[in-house]
Amino acid sequence: MATAAEIEKQAEAREVRNRWLLSAPALIIILLAASGPLLIVLLYSFLTPGPYGDVQWKFSTEGWISVILERDIFDDTLAFASAHLTIFWRSLKLAIMATVATLIFGFPTAYFIATRSERTRDIWLFLITIPFWTNLLIRTFAVLQVIRNEGIINTALLNLGIVDQPIQMLYTDFAIMVGMVYVYLPLMVLPLYASMEKLDFRLVEAGYDLYATRWQVLRRIIFPMVRPGVVAGSILVFIPAIGAYVTPSVLGGGKNMMFANLIELQFGQGRNWPLGAALSITVMAIVMVALLVYVRNTSSSEVRHG
Amino acid sequence: MPETPGRNAIEVRGVRKVFGTGEAQVAALDTVSVSIRENEFFTLLGPSGCGKTTLLRLIAGFDFPSEGEILLYGSDIAPLPPFKRPVNTVFQSYALFPHMTVAQNIGFGLEMLGKPRAEIDARVTEMLKLVRMEKLAKRRTSQISGGQQQRVALARALAPQPKVLLLDEPLSALDYKLRKEMQIELKRLQLETGITFIFVTHDQEEALTMSDRIAVMSSGKILQVGSPRDIYDRPAERFVADFIGETNFLSAKVDSIDGGKARVTLKSGATISATLPDGFRPDGEATVVVRPEHAKAVKGAGDLSGEIDNVVYFGTDTHVHVKLDGGELFTVRQQNARGAVASFERGERVGVVIGDDAAQILKD
Repeated sequence: MATAAEIEKQAEAREVRNRWLLSAPALIIILLAASGPLLIVLLYSFLTPGPYGDVQWKFSTEGWISVILERDIFDDTLAFASAHLTIFWRSLKLAIMATVATLIFGFPTAYFIATRSERTRDIWLFLITIPFWTNLLIRTFAVLQVIRNEGIINTALLNLGIVDQPIQMLYTDFAIMVGMVYVYLPLMVLPLYASMEKLDFRLVEAGYDLYATRWQVLRRIIFPMVRPGVVAGSILVFIPAIGAYVTPSVLGGGKNMMFANLIELQFGQGRNWPLGAALSITVMAIVMVALLVYVRNTSSSEVRHG
Repeated sequence: MPETPGRNAIEVRGVRKVFGTGEAQVAALDTVSVSIRENEFFTLLGPSGCGKTTLLRLIAGFDFPSEGEILLYGSDIAPLPPFKRPVNTVFQSYALFPHMTVAQNIGFGLEMLGKPRAEIDARVTEMLKLVRMEKLAKRRTSQISGGQQQRVALARALAPQPKVLLLDEPLSALDYKLRKEMQIELKRLQLETGITFIFVTHDQEEALTMSDRIAVMSSGKILQVGSPRDIYDRPAERFVADFIGETNFLSAKVDSIDGGKARVTLKSGATISATLPDGFRPDGEATVVVRPEHAKAVKGAGDLSGEIDNVVYFGTDTHVHVKLDGGELFTVRQQNARGAVASFERGERVGVVIGDDAAQILKD
């Protein structure tokens, strides 16, 4: 007969087995659909480009060299690939600006929702998520309709006589910014709301009671306490923003190339798959390092002040 | 400014507070006026929903009165935001900042007042010593026990040297023994700091043991203000008598009034002498209250007579329930001294002796 201890042990073993079984579908998808293709991309980055796209199975580091250096097509000399850096810099700048802008717009929004009564909160959250129901491309074209030269804004400004020439907003970095902020705002609001909802508003009262002004309460009490939400929201916005492809293509008109457009170019007209693969991995690595630094700094900073 | 004793620290004048609008309107405070003296331990006592916390929040500045004014040393603070009032609060939930250490919590108010670092540090050290928490200064507030959190909350509220300290049921989350300890601790802090304390509680024992004066509240109104003794021995209204301690209510007819005393006839026909409350309007009928420990059951004749209904032993004392002639139930509490216990049988005829000055007539 099994003793109680043996039964306990068996139950434990069964639980561990169940855990693996339950997570198996997700693990398989992650392995096959994410890690697998990523390994293929890594592999391709070390191969030779084929004449009509694709790759030839011959080892080469040319793809990686081209990330940083440019080979002159006439005399084969290598020069610094400043175009790549410029494009990367613009992508990074726009992604950071989009993250900061969504934070600025999203923070009061999330605060507003979190301070509503429980029933009205659900309605507000529902409204925030409505844009998600529409295809990204359609949402982007909707922004285009609003800001193009013949769009609502310019028509209104012209008719009101405020300007006599339409303001060129479309096909500028501003257009890309507007598009990204619009598209990514819910990704910022939702995690912010989640952490604000847990915020104990009696702490806010305690802050006021201890002579903190509204601004000091925000900075010294609310902000440190919703920091996890800020971190999560920033990551959720920053990652798709730095790899954004549709929004810059449509609203930037392909004129202001972003990193994703550059990568796409290598796999398309550029017919340089290894370079495209190397660029992809480069940007991924940079983002990962940046995020690690960011998360580490923001989570330890709460110990620092005071 | 010169601090003369007996001055009013807080004066609440005709304050009304209404929550909600239209049909759903509720008056949490119904025209309340009360004066709280400088350096006193003043308690707002009442059941939940009586408006005591609302009144505290109005003084703190978290809510604003619908009508009336709140004076702090003569100037109206009702329209000021909480961060402009020299008044601090100890919250029921403590509301300590979880992202700061014990010392940072205590120093927060001073920091917000823009005091220099050295002064803040000195004051924090002093406060830590006052609440005996020196060793835990660097701890997170989540790493200390409930009683310790309570002390930190007190130190944090006292650190900026407020003119008035507000305490919103601060002991309710503590277990019995710790609560007893903190009651003594609070009283000590109040005496040592000389700050006016306004203490909110629903616990009558807490109110009686700690306060200089108590205001008993019910349904948004203050029913009686007085010293613990006044409130307990001379309850003016039925609610006050009923809410604080145990009481025997007897209906009576007023026969004659002589100064502060009256002769009354009870239902059973017995006549006793009872103290009149201030502002009593005689209309023949009256309710007389007698505390159970102010009466004694005796074999033989007493002021009242009846038969034993039940005897309940409580360790320190025994409750003797007597069914009076006339039908009313009367409880007597007798202390249990060794050997000297008179034992009663159910149904036995007894007399009840009411001590001098023990019977009190209610206003309502």
